[in-house]
Amino acid sequence: MEQRALICIGCPMGCRLEVTIENSQVVDVTGQSCKIGNTYAVKECTNPTRILTTTVEVENGYPEVASVKTERDIPKGKLLECVKELKKIKLTAPVHIGDIVLEDIANTGVRVVVTTNCDLVDK
Amino acid sequence: MQEFDLVIIGGGPAGLAAAVAAKEQGIENLLILERENKLGGILNQCIHNGFGLQVFKEELTGPEYADRFINLVKEKKIRYKTNTMVIDLSKDKLITAVSKTDGILTIQAKAIILAMGCRERPRGALNIPGARCAGIFTAGTAQKFVNIEGMMPGKNLVILGSGDIGLIMARRMTLEGAHVNAVVELMPYSAGLTRNIVQCLDDYEIPLKLSHTVTNIVGKDRLEGVYIAPVDENRKPILAEEEYIPCDTLLLSVGLLPENELSKKASVKLSPITGGAEVDEGRETNVDGIFACGNVLHVHDLVDNVTEESYIAGKAAVKYLKGLRIQSDRIEVKAKDGARYVVPKYINPRNIEKSLDLSFRVKDIYKDHYLSVYFDDSRAIHHKRKIMAPGEMQTVKITSEMLNAHSLCSEISIVIEKE
Repeated sequence: MEQRALICIGCPMGCRLEVTIENSQVVDVTGQSCKIGNTYAVKECTNPTRILTTTVEVENGYPEVASVKTERDIPKGKLLECVKELKKIKLTAPVHIGDIVLEDIANTGVRVVVTTNCDLVDK
Repeated sequence: MQEFDLVIIGGGPAGLAAAVAAKEQGIENLLILERENKLGGILNQCIHNGFGLQVFKEELTGPEYADRFINLVKEKKIRYKTNTMVIDLSKDKLITAVSKTDGILTIQAKAIILAMGCRERPRGALNIPGARCAGIFTAGTAQKFVNIEGMMPGKNLVILGSGDIGLIMARRMTLEGAHVNAVVELMPYSAGLTRNIVQCLDDYEIPLKLSHTVTNIVGKDRLEGVYIAPVDENRKPILAEEEYIPCDTLLLSVGLLPENELSKKASVKLSPITGGAEVDEGRETNVDGIFACGNVLHVHDLVDNVTEESYIAGKAAVKYLKGLRIQSDRIEVKAKDGARYVVPKYINPRNIEKSLDLSFRVKDIYKDHYLSVYFDDSRAIHHKRKIMAPGEMQTVKITSEMLNAHSLCSEISIVIEKE
């Protein structure tokens, strides 16, 4: 039996979790204020994931780059690979919140969507 | 001269929420003034997620959170002017502003909500010795370069200060291909949210050097490196242990200062601790009909809290305009032993319908301590909290029953107690 101390990143409260792990399985979580803490503890001890937020270039737009996010959390180990893939993309203004940048980033099955509005500007 | 019932200075999260609340309460003749070319304030460059869990019960990025409120402002047909900078404000609520399209504007308001936000503490406020070379930015400036302008301020970084923007930028620069050598923090604890230490530093193996500071800056035209050293318990650098880190960029995340130049012109009384106005439970300042909310009042950790505070200010401003605010018999709220400050500073019990949240910060890290609220000498609240840290704002609810039970009390105090 193994004890692991984690800090939940599910929201800004930052609950301090005590996780009990047995045979690579999470058997108990204490210290959480809500069910997000349970989900986070299980994922963090078995398959840690994060939501990726970054930017993609936009032609003739302001902001000059569009902020984007993965619609769901993706494996932590794939973050840098995803950023690299997004570096190759160039959008054209105008772009809007919710526009789809990629249907499936780095074979995760997760969509990447725009999170800001970039207006078309004359340069 | 134009006339408005309510003018809101600042179109960031505080100003937008205050405007929406005021309009919902039935004020039609209101105006938001914003100096940038777009509403939304600092949220537009905060592209990371984690916003909105309290207000919208979902996790949004900064621009998405701002967009929700911008859409509400547009739906409710609230008037706003962007690219408009307020340059003067009098205690009689006369506003002078400038813009490219309108020239000089004078506006007479019946009530005003100050929502100008805050700005970053610059290098000049720190007295770091060394070269005045290029390559030193505040973290928020770097954030604007990367997230709005699409430009990288540098490739090899040191970050001084562990405020949230510094932590967020450590991750952001790493994702963009830069190398972050270390985040250096003078205090023995981080100034940022714990979750940001986990997901911005630990995830990318960026060292956090607590009780350390930058002791010298080296570079001729561009920054070439910085010296860092540990500090003793009096925060004096131990120069014998100085260490040189080559880098081309130094980011500063060393605190935020409420931007109250206009408030001072209007004779608004400011707290020496928060740098923001001293307000009552409706966030009204000492100047009749001038309210304040958001980071111009005190620096918040979460935009959700800014929104909630701004709803309070917006609603109170409407009550003021309708002549329904009670100004008499106010009780002073004090932060004592372990508590650094508390907002609001005054309470008019007759304005409280059900309950009231007091927001406060502690002076140090307190583990397994009690948060107590006293009405004069009588302790009405005594809650054990696992951990209270200066970087995380605390709240405590006082109810109208408590206020009624201590109706003759002359002060309320927040105290951090061992038992």
